[in-house]
This record gives sequence, structure tokens and C-alpha cells, in this order.
Amino acid sequence: MAAATPTPAIVLIGHGMVGQRYLEALAERGATATHRVTVLCEEPRPAYDRVHLTSYFSGSTPEDLSMVPDGFMAEHGIELHLDDPAESIDRDARTVTSRSGKVFPYDVLVLATGSYPFVPPVPGKDAPGCFVYRTIEDLLAIEEYAKTRTSGAVVGGGLLGLEAAGALQGLGLATRIVEFAPRLMPVQVDDGGGAALLRTIESMGLTVHTGVGTQEVVTGDDGSVCGMKLSDGSTVAADLVVFSAGVRPRDQLARAAGLTVGERGGIGVDARCRTSDPRVYAIGECALASDGRVYGLVAPGYEMAETAAEDLLGRDKEFTGADLSTKLKLLGVDVASFGDAHGATQGSLDVVYSDSRSGVYKKLVVSPDGVLLGGVLVGDADSYGLLRPLTGSVPPVTPEQLVLPAGLGAPVALGPSALPDTAVICSCHNVTKKAITACADLAEVKKCTKAGTGCGSCVKVIGQLLPSSADKGLCGCFPYTRAELYEIVRTRRLTSYEQLLDGHGRPEARGGEGCEVCKPAVGSIIASLAPTLGASGYVLDGEQAALQDTNDHFLANLQRNGSYSVVPRIPGGEITPDKLIVIGEVARDFGLYAKITGGQRIDLFGASVDQLPRIWARLVDAGFESGHAYGKALRTVKSCVGQTWCRYGVQDSVRMAIDLELRYRGLRAPHKLKSAVSGCARECAEAQSKDFGVIATAGGWNLYVGGNGGATPRHADLLAQDLSDAELVRLIDRFLMFYIRTAEQLERTSTWLDRMEGGLAHLRDVIVHDSLGLCAELESLMADHVSHYRDEWAETLEDPERLRRFVSFVNAPGAPDPTVKFVPERDQVKPDLSALTLLPVGGTR
Amino acid sequence: MTVELRVKEGWLTVCELSSLTPGRGVAALLPDGSQAAVFVDRAGRPYAIANQDPFTGAHVLSRGLVGTLSGRPFVASPLLKQRFDLESGRCLDHEEVAVRTYPVRTAATS
Ligand code: SRM
Ligand SMILES: Cc1cc2nc3c(=O)[nH]c(=O)nc-3n(C[C@H](O)[C@H](O)[C@H](O)COP(=O)(O)OP(=O)(O)OC[C@H]3O[C@@H](n4cnc5c(N)ncnc54)[C@H](O)[C@@H]3O)c2cc1C
Ligand code: SF4
Ligand code: FES
Repeated sequence: MAAATPTPAIVLIGHGMVGQRYLEALAERGATATHRVTVLCEEPRPAYDRVHLTSYFSGSTPEDLSMVPDGFMAEHGIELHLDDPAESIDRDARTVTSRSGKVFPYDVLVLATGSYPFVPPVPGKDAPGCFVYRTIEDLLAIEEYAKTRTSGAVVGGGLLGLEAAGALQGLGLATRIVEFAPRLMPVQVDDGGGAALLRTIESMGLTVHTGVGTQEVVTGDDGSVCGMKLSDGSTVAADLVVFSAGVRPRDQLARAAGLTVGERGGIGVDARCRTSDPRVYAIGECALASDGRVYGLVAPGYEMAETAAEDLLGRDKEFTGADLSTKLKLLGVDVASFGDAHGATQGSLDVVYSDSRSGVYKKLVVSPDGVLLGGVLVGDADSYGLLRPLTGSVPPVTPEQLVLPAGLGAPVALGPSALPDTAVICSCHNVTKKAITACADLAEVKKCTKAGTGCGSCVKVIGQLLPSSADKGLCGCFPYTRAELYEIVRTRRLTSYEQLLDGHGRPEARGGEGCEVCKPAVGSIIASLAPTLGASGYVLDGEQAALQDTNDHFLANLQRNGSYSVVPRIPGGEITPDKLIVIGEVARDFGLYAKITGGQRIDLFGASVDQLPRIWARLVDAGFESGHAYGKALRTVKSCVGQTWCRYGVQDSVRMAIDLELRYRGLRAPHKLKSAVSGCARECAEAQSKDFGVIATAGGWNLYVGGNGGATPRHADLLAQDLSDAELVRLIDRFLMFYIRTAEQLERTSTWLDRMEGGLAHLRDVIVHDSLGLCAELESLMADHVSHYRDEWAETLEDPERLRRFVSFVNAPGAPDPTVKFVPERDQVKPDLSALTLLPVGGTR
Repeated sequence: MTVELRVKEGWLTVCELSSLTPGRGVAALLPDGSQAAVFVDRAGRPYAIANQDPFTGAHVLSRGLVGTLSGRPFVASPLLKQRFDLESGRCLDHEEVAVRTYPVRTAATS
């Protein structure tokens, strides 16, 4: 390309994902130094990650989604005009005119205008309440509108339609999907896969209509949407309609400028991405590639961006077509299709595994001589990362072994190690196994090869290819971390451990009993989400009873001889003489050992299972509640005496400690939670050794987080200063819920914070500055907890069913366990360990 | 349905099957004064082993959590967490240790 001016000018129209990739390709090749680059962007914000648009609803902020590295434009001298779309192109004068009337001369013009959502021409389609799903602005508008509505409908059951439906459901709307084709995701999956998908999606509470069209959007008296008339004659209710019936290339500008466009749309380009005018390129979703297709995926768009950049510099590169493989997680369901997914190749054969109970459907398409041609995976797409690179070759094991779940049929030792060096592992960035294994860790892979930074579906296989790869799964039953399980439970609204195990466990663990590691972990997750999921918050109801460690099971702490200890809550360590007397009387009457704990309360030891309800009946009567000494839950909020009495105190530390303890009592967490409030900087309550510690200042409260005593002590970090009461509580609400959501099982806040990428600064961003846009949700989860709190012991005593378990022997209720005995010591009792002589042990024979 | 356990004296009725929570155990007092831990799995299958935890001497195995390892059911002691195979009584964490097991069956309530 001959440059007409000393510094040739490039004008890029459209700053979407592909436009940004083109700019990066120019920068990487040094072309931004030799060219003047101007970008016209229609949207009010620079390029962002449209592929992960939906993550906005799970907490990503528009800033998180941005694809433009800080300072990128300035560093490369690129001029970006936001909110100023190109309106016309004058190819003779070689200028582009924008909406604001500016005129930009070009030597090279690049069109990256993407697509627009197709809205079928049905009556009512423009009524208030009708939306499309393409930009951040669309999502903001949907979110706002949904606030005051209760039902929604999505027109189109393709990939985007399902994403949109998930989003509507997440916004609390009763949601239905209307798909014209006879199955969901008609492009990606076949009938069998569609059926598996349908079952899973219906089980999540969405209503699906397939094989029907939308005839009319019905509006109410105020002119806004209130329903839809379908082609089968029925009318369904919907206050909000999202059209997701496919996209069309945005080729109007090119068309008006006289460039060749395809019969069914798309700006025609050759293999080097040039349009019919050699000075004009078209890349991304707006282009009709030389193989006659318009690609609606980002990976082919990126490849076109690279091609156009190479061509600009006179280098040889061609784009002649791309793989349409996709792996998606829609509404928590894995769906993948790759290669010849529909078996269009002459003579191809199918190998199918289908299990409708668990919603798993897998189909591989193979040629008669065993070459893997493609496939569809629904419900379990773990093998996608391996199967896609194997496409085009004869796999090292039989296709049956590739589709059967592990545990059924012969074990398959097919790991990524079986892949050839040339196998493409990351299809978004076209990175081979060889390039990946040359790196030391995932961070290096992402930095050096970009693999894993696109759709992310290859990250798992990359992890397996790297030397240090370790299975991060919680236990032998689940391949997920606790934080991932939390998200699964939350988004799929599961309230049953068995459902979780059978649907999301490792294949070999499904249908089994689980284990002692994940049961309490899942029990805790369900308990902490119970109010939000609308499940019973009582930790011992139904199946929940089988998940809890014995301590939670009997709402008491198991001691070495099989007896239990009892710890009533004494908020802030403050106690009336009358209550103190009740504790003394209970200890005396039941013969319990009494001790002041390190947590400013009183522990009564040596109760037998049968005594627990009677002991608690007395305590509850006197106004005591469970102290949750047995649970991974809030323990104590210690306090110093504070301003009321102490000559140095500057705030009422006792009142604050009591308020905090009552607010967070009963909150189930990955590990126990402790807190303390000191009335001044002398810190008599040791707040800086607590998970969240509060120290009074003249101006309010300082909040410290991540402190720990125990085996590995850690001083807490100062998170925020001089907070008002309300600010303090709000920050603690967010902090605790963020911890509960993202920590691993048995990870105290100290280790969690040490492990957190970005450390305290990141935590502060999230909790104080709301950088993830999560805070409103975290606060509402906490509000749910606070409003649903009930004392577990009071609830237990009210219910004879629940009391039934408090017996030593199922066949002799009332009989105490003769092996639980005590001997005197220092005027109290201690366990008589001689009563525990081991009986002979041995097998059955 | 009742759960029955075979002891020296013959089959001993322990409780109604419906009173057991799958994945959770109960303790039963046997005629000779010893104790058994009785469990039922998700499929409704009963198991019975000695209730005494051989590592601490405390009679607590019935209060442990049930799990599956390589397709076989086990209980983890609630005290120090050693796991015991529910069918063979073998300790999965110390192969030289085992607890006794009892033949167990479900029978129609007469
Ligand atoms: C009763 C008490 C000791 C006492 O007589 O004072 C106690 C007793 C136990 N502690 Fe503690 N801790 C007690 C205060 C503490 C403190 C001091 C405090 O809370 O201010 C600490 C250090 C502070 C901290 O946690 O950061 C403490 C650090 C631990 C740890 C180590 C935690 C760590 O992160 O390293 C454990 C082990 C664990 O939880 O995994 C533990 C575990 C235990 C357990 C639950 C061990 C067990 O699993 O059986 C003990 C049984 C209590 C029971 O049966 O009732 N206890 N323990 C104290 C109860 C306080 C309360 O009222 O709730
Ligand atoms: C919710 C959602 C989920 C998706 N998921 C996936 C996925 O999982 N995998 C996948 O591969 N793809 C996915 N896609 C598709 C992917 O986002 C697109 O393929 C990709 O964004 C195309 O990039 P592009 O730059 O060509 O177009 P776009 O990203 O649409 O960018 C085009 C830009 O040009 C602007 N523009 C248009 N006309 C003008 C003008 N005249 N002047 C100035 N600017 C103009 C537009 O406003 C827009 O900002 C998804 C899309 C959506 C909406
Ligand atoms: S921390 Fe300050 S206010 Fe509290 S008791 Fe100690 S010296 Fe007094
Ligand atoms: S395949 Fe999409 S990021 Fe690697």
C-alpha cells in the first residue's frame, strides 16, 4: 500500500472487540509509530468485552469489562472519538464524516462496525419494555426497567437468548424463552443435545416454548409491554421482552459508499480482508469473508484483525475461514460444539451417550476410518479442551471411551499429554500446545501467548499442561473449589447436597455418599445462602442434618470422652448478675465443669447428649441463645469496658460489640469468625488479632481486617478510618459476605487475605470503592441473614421431631451412655478416661 | 421396615428404618452392654460397626459423617477423623486397625 502522505492516516470505524484487537496488532508491529491512527466510536465508552457482557449481572463493572489497557491510546498516539459515529464515507475525497460534523481524511480506512441485533417486524416491537441485548447500555436499561416488573420473555433460544434469559431470571423476573426452531440453540446442538438442554433449563424454573413464533407484542393501557401473542394462538404474560433473534452485519455505511456487500448482508472482503476498494478493509462481524460466511464469533474477528494489520505492512497473511467451535457456560450448563457437529460429512457416524437424569448428552462425529470430525457436548463439557484439538485425527482411544463418564466402561488415561505438539489448545488466539508448554505458569502463558485470555474455555487444559498444575478441587467428590461451589449453589439455587453431588460432582462421585470434607462445606454454603434461596435456615432440617459435623449436629462441642460442652452467647462479654447466677445454677444442677473462656464467655463441659435439651431449656428460659461455639460461624465479639467507665475511652465499645455480635450471630462461614471492639488505641480487647476488629477513635471507628491468633498469628490490616456507626456496619457486612463468597473451606480471613491477588488494596477497592459492583448484593445477602436469624436452640426445643436425635441409644431412649463418666478435680469434675478402656478390636471373623 | 442386627442371641431389632437419616448414624445398646453404630446410605442400605473409636476409646463412631471412597461407604470418626470402611470395619487411614462389624438386615415390620 503506497502512502500518499508522509505520515499516512488510518481511520478505524468501530471500536468494538475486533477494532481494539486491530489497534493492538498495529501497536505490536510498530505501525502506530509510522501511521496517524484515528478511531470513531459510536458507543459512549471504549472497547469492552462483549463476550462476557452478561458478567455485568454477576458483579463485573463496565470498568472490569474494558479491553483497553490503561494509557494505551496515549502511549501509541491514537486519537479516540467516543460517542461520535461515522455517518458517511466519501471514497473519492478519501474522507469520513462523523455525526458531530468532523471530517477525517484517510489513506487507509478500516471498517469494524460489528452487527446489530435483528428485531423481527412484529407489531408492538418498539413499545416501552422491548429491548435488545448487545451493549452495556442495553444491559443498564434492562436492569433499570426490570426493577419494577415481575415477568420477562426472550424471543430467540439461541446462545445469546439463553444468556439473556439467565440474566432476566437473575433480575428476579419469571422468565420464558420463545424459540421458533424445534429445539434450543439450533445452530450449535442437535436434537438430542437440545433435549438435554431443555430439561436442565426447565428444571431451573424457566419456561421454554419451542416450535412457536412471536406474532405480536401486546401492550397495556399505558402503551408499555404486557405480553406476547404466539403463533400457536396462545398469549403469554411478559412485562419486558428481549429480542435475541440473531444479528445482522452493520454494512449500511459501506453500502452507501458503494462498496460491494453480500446478497444477505456483510461487507465483501478478499482473503486479505480488503473490500472492493483496496484502500478500505472490513474486519469482524461486519465482514463477509472470502469463504462466503459472516462470522458471529470473536476468534475469527481477531484473526481478520491480524490479517488486515499484516497486509497493511505488506506481509503475507490470509484469512480464509475459521473454526466455529464454541464452549459456553449458559445458566450454569456447559454446552460445547466443535468441528462437524451436525454430522454433515458424507458417511460420518455418530457415537452418542445420553443420560437424561443428569442432563448430560455427548455426541461425537467420526469418519468410517475413525477420524474425529466434531461433536456436541451438553451438561458435561469437561472433555472439550481435549476433543477439539484432536479433531481431524484418529484419537488414541475409542470414541466410546471418550463419551462415557469416568467410572463407566474402561478407564481412559487420555490426558492433554496425549495431544500432539502442534495441537491448537487456545483457538481464540491460535496457540499450540508447544507454545504453552514452553511457559512456566498460567500467568506467563497469558502474557506471552495470550492463550486463555479470550473465551477462557482452554484454561483448564492449559493448567493440565503446565508442570505445577494441581487439582484445586475441594475433595475427591468435587472438581470445584469452595468458592466455585458457592457460585453454583447461588446461581442454580440448589438447596440439596445430593443434587449438587449428582449434578456437579466428579463423575466417579456422583450417586455416592460424598465425604466428610465436602458435606460440612456444602452444609455451610447452603446455610449461609438459605435465607436468600428461600430454604430453611435451620441447620438440622431434612438432608442438611446429614451434612453437619457432629458439633453442628448436636449444637454442642464434642469432647474427648464423647460428652459435649455448652457455650451460651454472652454478647460483648457483658452479663447481668441474674444471668450469671442461672449459668452457675445450671452448671451445678447438671454437674458440669465451668470455665471462663478466652472469648469472654463461659463454657460448661461434660454434658451428655440426653442432657443437652434439658440444659438448654433452662438457658433459653433465662434469655440465653446459642453461642455457636460448635459452628464455623461467628464466635464472639469481645469488648473492653470502654468510654462508659474507662478514663481513656473515647467511644462506647461495649455497645458496639453487642450490636455487632447480635447482627452477625448465626452467620455460617468457611471458618469461624471472631471480632473485638476496643474503646481507644490502648486496645485492651485485642481487636487487631481478630477477623474483623474495631478500635474507637475521636472521630468514630477504625476497622481492621484479617487478624488471627491461633497457630499462625497475624496482625489485622487497617481497612478504613474514622467511620460512623452506619459506615462501619456497612463495611463489615460487605467484608464478611465477600469472604463467605470467595474463601476456601477452613480458610480464616487472614489466609484468605494473604492469598488474595492484589491483597489489601484489592480488598479495599471491592469493599470500600465497590470496584466489582458487588456491594449492593453483598449488603442484601447480609440483610437477608440478619432478618432471618433465629436462635437454633430455641427452634430445636420447640420441635419434638428435632429433639428426637438427642438420645444416647436409638433402642434405649433415656438410658445414658455408661461409658461417659467423671471423676472429681479441684472441686469440679473431669472426664474419667479409665471408663474408656478399649474393647478388643478386629474384623468380622 | 425395621433394622435388625445379629448378635450372639440372634437378630436384634434396633429401630425403624424410617427413623434413620441417610448418611448419618445412631448408636444401639447391645445385650452384652457393648455399643454398635448403625448407618443407612442413600440407597437405604444399612450397615453396622462397633461404636467405639479405637483411637480415643470414646463411643462416638455413630456420630461421624458418612462418605464414599472408591465406591465403598465409610464413616469418619468425629473426634480425630480417621475413616472406617462400613462393610469391613477396616480403618482406611491405618491399615492395621479395624473395628468389628455386625451382620445387619432390614425386615418388614410385623
Ligand atoms: C474454650 C476455648 C478455650 C478456653 O477455655 O478459653 C477454646 C477451645 C477450643 N478451641 Fe480455641 N478456644 C477458645 C478461644 C480461642 C482463642 C482466643 C479468642 O477467641 O480470643 C483463639 C485464638 C484467636 C483466633 O482464633 O484467631 C483460639 C484459637 C483456636 C484455633 C486456631 C485457629 C487458627 O486460625 O489457627 C483452633 C483450631 C481451629 O479452629 O481449627 C481452636 C479450636 C478450639 C476447639 C474448638 C478445638 C476443637 O475442635 O475441639 C476447642 C473446643 C472448645 C469446646 O469444646 O468448647 N481454637 N481459640 C476458647 C473459647 C472462646 C469462646 O468463648 O468461644
Ligand atoms: C451477550 C453476548 C455474548 C457473546 N458471547 C460470545 C462468545 O461466547 N463467543 C464468541 O466468540 N462471541 C460471542 N459474542 C459475539 C462477540 O461479542 C462478537 O463476535 C464480537 O464482539 C465482534 O466484534 P466486532 O468488533 O466485530 O463487533 P462489535 O464488538 O459489535 O463492535 C462494533 C462496534 O462498532 C460500533 N459501530 C458500528 N457502526 C459504527 C459507526 N458508523 N461509527 C462508529 N462506530 C460504529 C458499534 O457501536 C460497536 O461498538 C457474544 C456477543 C454478545 C452480545
Ligand atoms: S482499650 Fe482503652 S478504653 Fe478500652 S479498657 Fe483499654 S484503655 Fe480503656
Ligand atoms: S480458546 Fe478462548 S481463550 Fe483460549
